Amino acid sequence: MGQIEWAMWANEQALASGLILIAGGIVATAGQFTLWYFGAYSIAAGVLVCLLEYPRGKRKKGSTMERWGQKYLTKVLKVFGPLSRNYYFRAFLHLGLSAPAGVLLATILGTACLAIASGIYLLAAIRGEQWIPIEPKPKERPQVGGTIKQPPSNPPPRPPAEARKKPNEQEEEAAAASVPSGPHENPVPVTDEVV
Amino acid sequence: MRCWILNESLSGILVLLWLGVNLYLFFDTYRWYEEEESFFYTRVILGPTLAWARASAVCLNFNCMLILLPISRNFLSFIRGASVCCRGPWRRQLDKNLKFHKLVAYGIAVNATIHVVAHVCNLERYRWSQSADAEGLVAALASLGDAPNESYLNPIRAFHTSTTTELLTTIAGITGLMISLALILIMTSSTEFIRQISYELFWYTHHVFIIFFIGLAFHGAGRIVRGQTPESLLVHNVTFCRDRYAEWQAAAQCPAPQFSGKEPSAWKWVLGPVVLYACERIIRYWRFQQEVVITKVVSHPSGVLELHMTKQHFHMAPGQYILLQCPSISRLEWHPFTLTSAPQEDFFSVHVRAAGDWTRALCQAFHADGQALGGPRSLPRLAVDGPFGAALTDVFHYPVSVCIAAGIGVTPFAALLKSLWYRSCEPHSQLKPSKVYFYWICRDSRAFEWFADLLLSLETRMSERGRAHLLSYHIFLTGWDENQAIHIALHWDENTDVITGLRQKTFYGRPNWNNEFRQMAYNHPSSSIGVFFCGPSALSKTLQRMCRLYSSADPRGVHFYYHRESF
Repeated sequence: MGQIEWAMWANEQALASGLILIAGGIVATAGQFTLWYFGAYSIAAGVLVCLLEYPRGKRKKGSTMERWGQKYLTKVLKVFGPLSRNYYFRAFLHLGLSAPAGVLLATILGTACLAIASGIYLLAAIRGEQWIPIEPKPKERPQVGGTIKQPPSNPPPRPPAEARKKPNEQEEEAAAASVPSGPHENPVPVTDEVV
Repeated sequence: MRCWILNESLSGILVLLWLGVNLYLFFDTYRWYEEEESFFYTRVILGPTLAWARASAVCLNFNCMLILLPISRNFLSFIRGASVCCRGPWRRQLDKNLKFHKLVAYGIAVNATIHVVAHVCNLERYRWSQSADAEGLVAALASLGDAPNESYLNPIRAFHTSTTTELLTTIAGITGLMISLALILIMTSSTEFIRQISYELFWYTHHVFIIFFIGLAFHGAGRIVRGQTPESLLVHNVTFCRDRYAEWQAAAQCPAPQFSGKEPSAWKWVLGPVVLYACERIIRYWRFQQEVVITKVVSHPSGVLELHMTKQHFHMAPGQYILLQCPSISRLEWHPFTLTSAPQEDFFSVHVRAAGDWTRALCQAFHADGQALGGPRSLPRLAVDGPFGAALTDVFHYPVSVCIAAGIGVTPFAALLKSLWYRSCEPHSQLKPSKVYFYWICRDSRAFEWFADLLLSLETRMSERGRAHLLSYHIFLTGWDENQAIHIALHWDENTDVITGLRQKTFYGRPNWNNEFRQMAYNHPSSSIGVFFCGPSALSKTLQRMCRLYSSADPRGVHFYYHRESF
């Protein structure tokens, strides 16, 4: 199955569970059913879970799609340091948060979903995964004058570039020129939607 | 092709049709449950949430019936092959099957939410009606069923129980919880992000739908939605008797009302599609059993493996794809590959690029990394399912066709161009299309030098036969480095292109689509031009815009019809 990052799925599942807990809590509180205050608890727990799970962690390899506006919550989560990084903590936190909501019928689905998310987080933690915040990339300022080459040092007529190089470099050049090497590195980043 | 508006808006019409049927079912069922006399007493306890729950249940039945149909690949291929009327626009709708599957899934999610919330309220109300606070008609109804010859209305028989316990002791409750959990697991593992990072997780978790359908079939077996029986309605007039509930036990005028549960109906809706999908899986398994003979293995540079295979009763059309499975790598994974051979050849071929775990393992299994092969017996066994249809088969229906490929999207066009060549070789061919424009945009041509070789051989053969005007191709290279640029500049004046070796020179940078489309509209002033594209969606949007812009308003003028091929 390859390297599945279980934490990514656990994150989606936990976010969904948070929303279900909020919905169930609203139903219980609005309907004023027996023990409706557990519904109020469920709303609060759901909001906490959603806030905790909204910022997506960074994948170990490859690029990660950020959720819209998640950088603000990432900053908040980073403050908690190891508590937000460690998935064992998250697994047990989710298990603990889900338990009281299991009392009420309206929120029992949220409990079950959050418990499943907790299980997947436990699996992720056992496999050594960690939550890594997605840092915004620092904008690189274009180096003014960095691509201006040195003017030629000898007057014309000049031999072509190949003859000017030393013999061992010439062999490398000959080998490299027949197989074109990597793509052009632009000094200013260019968005290119063609594959 | 006659109705250009129909082409573009058929998807929208079908979506509106689906939505319309959903809304009709919802409102019709809602109205029925709100007005039906046999459910009058049920409504006394439950209120409008009964109608909400039942209306969403009918919509759920409808959507669960539809959800399995778009993913029965072989069934869709059968329809595609068998349909003789209204080919173009309707066949294109079949290509959007996955979008429809997702739409129906969203419909299921919305209706499931309504259904769950409504039934939670129902259970709570049933329980409350057994409490000491309930009085009058409600209390009388709730206590029905305690005496020996009475049938009950309220499935919850006592107050001193929790609704959660009631949920977990009824068939409907347990299956409902099971179904909801299955649905949520399926949906959280099907988000685009998860599909991109781990397709296997998405695919394996999706099989939880088996639990979903089993639960759905048994969900109504407990018959806890209860209405008055027709016999009871004859002797017990609801309008007259509803205020005389104190006399129900005694009076002959108003005998106690009798209730019965509604029989389960979900299985009737989903039985057909479930059987169809089961047949689909059986067909896939049978295809897996069929023998595939590997006739040739070619290892191209930069990790591309070309496999030539033969299989009995295998007929393909250009642009179609097959699913490959290699049991020695993984017993459950089928991966799609576009066919790169023409139907006129006596083998079929695919080009596999080592881009992920499975493809890398495949290349290794075929010793593409340079080690010597141990003879034909040592090759791993492959299973092939397909071929499955795609939009490119329509290329031969237009007088002029434009094929645009970006990057790896060039693979469907390999089969197409080869097929075009074979067709042009036929002595008495009335060749439609009379002109094919081919645009290939890629950043780095190294991974596709096998395609450049194909173009080279096509170019030579076509000019030998004097048909050089049939195919006009343009290659655009959008990535180069300084060494390449110097190399190109030095060899600018030569006859053949320095990168591809073709007579047609490579262009550098992206095409100016305005110029290209304008030129084509000028060259073919009154034709239908089919535009076929395979590649990323940003470019797809640009091309769609171009097609709309340069199609003339005059019905006799030039019209561009846009088709997109995607996996």
